[in-house]
Amino acid sequence: MRYLPLTSDDRAQMLGVIGAPDVDALFADVPRAARLPGPVDLPAHAGELEVERELTALSAMNRAAGAGPFFCGAGAYRHHVPATVDHIIQRSEFLTSYTPYQPEIAQGTLQVLFEFQTQVAALTGLEVANASMYDGSTACAEAVMMAQRVTRREKAILSGGLHPHYAATTQTIAHAEGMEIVRQTAAIDAEAAVIDAIDEHTACVVVQTPNVFGVVTDVTKIAEAAHAKGALLIVVTTEAVSFGLLKSPGEMGADIAVAEGQSIGNALNYGGPYVGLFACREKLMRQMPGRLCGETVDADGRRGYVLTLSTREQHIRREKATSNICTNSGLCALAFTIHMTLLGGTGLAELAKINHAKARELKAAVDGAGLEVLTPRFFNEIAVRVKGSAAALVEALAAQGILAGVPYSRLDPHAGLDDVLLLCATETTTSEDIAALAAALKAA
Amino acid sequence: MTMQTIGRPTRPEGSTEAAGFQSLTGGRGLLQDEPLIFELGGWTKTGVDLPEVAEDASDLAGLTRAGVDLPGLSEPEAMRHYVRLSQKNHAIDLALYPLGSCTMKHNPRLNEKAARLAGFADLHPLAPVSTTQGALALMDRLAHWLKTLTGMPAVALSPKAGAHGELCGLLCIKAAHEAAGQGHRRTVLVPTSAHGTNPATAAFVGYSVQEIAQTEDGRVDLADLEAKLGPDVAAIMVTNPNTCGLFERDIIEISKLTHAAGAYFYCDGANFNAIVGRVRPGDLGVDAMHINLHKTFSTPHGGGGPGAGPVVLSAALAPFAPAPWVVGGANGLQLVEEAAGDAAQAFGRMSAFHGQMGMFVRAYAYMRSHGSDGLRQVAEDAVLNANYIKARLSDVMTPAFPDGPCMHEALFDDAWLDGTGVTTLDFAKAMIDEGFHPMTMYFPLVVHGAMLIEPTETESKRELDRFCDALRALAAAAKGNDKDRFKGAPHLAPLRRLDETLAARKPRLTWRADSSAS
Repeated sequence: MRYLPLTSDDRAQMLGVIGAPDVDALFADVPRAARLPGPVDLPAHAGELEVERELTALSAMNRAAGAGPFFCGAGAYRHHVPATVDHIIQRSEFLTSYTPYQPEIAQGTLQVLFEFQTQVAALTGLEVANASMYDGSTACAEAVMMAQRVTRREKAILSGGLHPHYAATTQTIAHAEGMEIVRQTAAIDAEAAVIDAIDEHTACVVVQTPNVFGVVTDVTKIAEAAHAKGALLIVVTTEAVSFGLLKSPGEMGADIAVAEGQSIGNALNYGGPYVGLFACREKLMRQMPGRLCGETVDADGRRGYVLTLSTREQHIRREKATSNICTNSGLCALAFTIHMTLLGGTGLAELAKINHAKARELKAAVDGAGLEVLTPRFFNEIAVRVKGSAAALVEALAAQGILAGVPYSRLDPHAGLDDVLLLCATETTTSEDIAALAAALKAA
Repeated sequence: MTMQTIGRPTRPEGSTEAAGFQSLTGGRGLLQDEPLIFELGGWTKTGVDLPEVAEDASDLAGLTRAGVDLPGLSEPEAMRHYVRLSQKNHAIDLALYPLGSCTMKHNPRLNEKAARLAGFADLHPLAPVSTTQGALALMDRLAHWLKTLTGMPAVALSPKAGAHGELCGLLCIKAAHEAAGQGHRRTVLVPTSAHGTNPATAAFVGYSVQEIAQTEDGRVDLADLEAKLGPDVAAIMVTNPNTCGLFERDIIEISKLTHAAGAYFYCDGANFNAIVGRVRPGDLGVDAMHINLHKTFSTPHGGGGPGAGPVVLSAALAPFAPAPWVVGGANGLQLVEEAAGDAAQAFGRMSAFHGQMGMFVRAYAYMRSHGSDGLRQVAEDAVLNANYIKARLSDVMTPAFPDGPCMHEALFDDAWLDGTGVTTLDFAKAMIDEGFHPMTMYFPLVVHGAMLIEPTETESKRELDRFCDALRALAAAAKGNDKDRFKGAPHLAPLRRLDETLAARKPRLTWRADSSAS
């Protein structure tokens, strides 16, 4: 077996040093009844060629996004990632290292995390950020629970524009922790409705912009309303490239901003692994979940970085920890940081503008195909009303080689929005793609 | 696995300038000093070429920001910046990385290649399932392997890490109790040696945590367990093999007692790599167990994630598993994304989409490469390597549990350092100077000054001997009054010991133009 270095001679010699007659003797503590006599009923080992062949065949059964016109978004976005990014993240020193618990020999990872935290804080317009979460949806749930710790209140109000998977994840996790989760009715322009629901028991309101229907909202008034009642505003963003163009959550009064960072540096990967961004006001720092990287000095006074404020974390606090989280999304955060560094602020702003321009082109084409565009102000996604079932339309167009977006019913079958189709355009979308979609929509 | 810091110094004990040669510019040969990107002056720079956009964003008037205040770098500068940083990291590809409970083993590059195939990497999670049949087939095959290897009938794939899997398992247990009118059960029993995530997860779900005592020989105290198992107990959470690197000999009795009390048995599967192919947790009476794909099935640790933590479930808990899952049908494989109908008992959703697909591909490639025979060999070699280290070091260090074999990791305490003035931390830092990553230290909490060494199965005898020789030499130095070697360690790392107290007292989590801690 190519991954196992020991030879039979090695094994025999080592057993001799140990003083055991055979390897079975090392498993002596396993109850006899539980010892399997031989291999389980699965195929035997396979060579690299054979495994590659099987996986390539499975891969070929999928229609890759790049294989034709493609308009899916709704929480996962196809962007061009420079080749440099994937090269660097595959360097042994990044790929095959562990969480930086020994900072003297992990300054590479730690400095990257410090750069990541600084980038995330700048993008979200807030003072501090953590070293990443599993993804945007779990970051959202953690933000809601953080609001409970800060306000000592139990109720969270989720806007009807929040991605349904985010709402369901938050409902599952935060409810298990004892919170009352109020999910508002899904609606295109749902944000303002949260204001009336805020009361003196409200820990936080959760608003997404651009929301799941693509609507861009200035949440300043919602922030004011929340703060007037002593509640926090959590702003969710699923498309991180939008930070390049739109007012930041911090600028609009958010106390906590969470986002899916996949768009920057990370492939679609059929939904994971992704990278959750989490930022907040400095005064809330000690209530943050997850890992934090901080600056310090070494014994010779040289600047360096360590994981810090670990007294919040499970390995120190055990049942009193702020969260049970033990890992972040290190390699995806690295990819984010490298891509963000290549872009720079000016590059991200340009990229965001291109995305918006592509979406305007898409909207014009959809208008031209005679469909109603429901999203009034958008970044790179729009919601469209189709005739009949959006899911059926998507299947029909997939058969023609066009991945024509995401039917809203896929995210939430109970919302009664079966005729709503979510379409997205990015810098990877060509004018030919848009023309092909428009023609297919017109013919459908 | 996590590092324990209670009781160990977090401040360096003294500054001693490295003696000897100094370069003129502060350069250190191959090791480049590298500033933060914010200090490299690229405030208007970009390393990507994008087409000009004629159109403005006037339809977003009042909703746009003035600009993004972040620096960029050209491609060669960015490459150099991150390559320089990478050289300050230890890595499993460089040398033994014996972090107990973390399982740092070789990461095959075939797995990386497979995960990057366009059909997996460039696949949208919400693309029509008719266009993602290969992805669903892969998830289905992975599930089959996980179920067969564990002897469990069901698996929830979506949890994104071990702790997320623990949460998933406990939510299944909570839902099952509530469905059976047993919602009053509010206590979870956890051994004192458990990972910190176990009590944290139980508390998170609203359970109160009670500790189970440990016997002299490092196992769960059955009498104490029996005394604490009552009508209020919802579950026990036991790691097996446990965090002392020992198999729980009474595991079948533990599960019988637990079930007799009406509670469920959650097994922390962090150490499944020690028994894969040789023992099925289902045969031990386990009801739920997460599997860290990044440990047992070698998906890369990546400097701290991403992980993946699928949870295998017993028949009793299977109906409560969260969405989504894959089912077969007349029109190929389908993805159930919303619990309804027969599956209405599902407790909810752990995250957006369907889990860590990129990790599923890697783990499946790893399993297929080993096969059922190779995976059994994995467990055997992992256990053999750990016992070899234990045997080679037992005369110079003090094994915490000298009697009988260990499983995949060898645990030592610090009794052998008594009177030397050297602590576990000092010893660990001195290992860095010898070219090795330290072992897990000060964990588990039940052993004083713990040193938990996990070599894994992907180490050669030559590397194990090199490691044991280095530790023997260090042990001799510690006992030979060579204290400065340890107190000032590491001497040869990119940085000397870091001041963690300063970092926590005045947290500086982002770069700011004004100043820095140094």
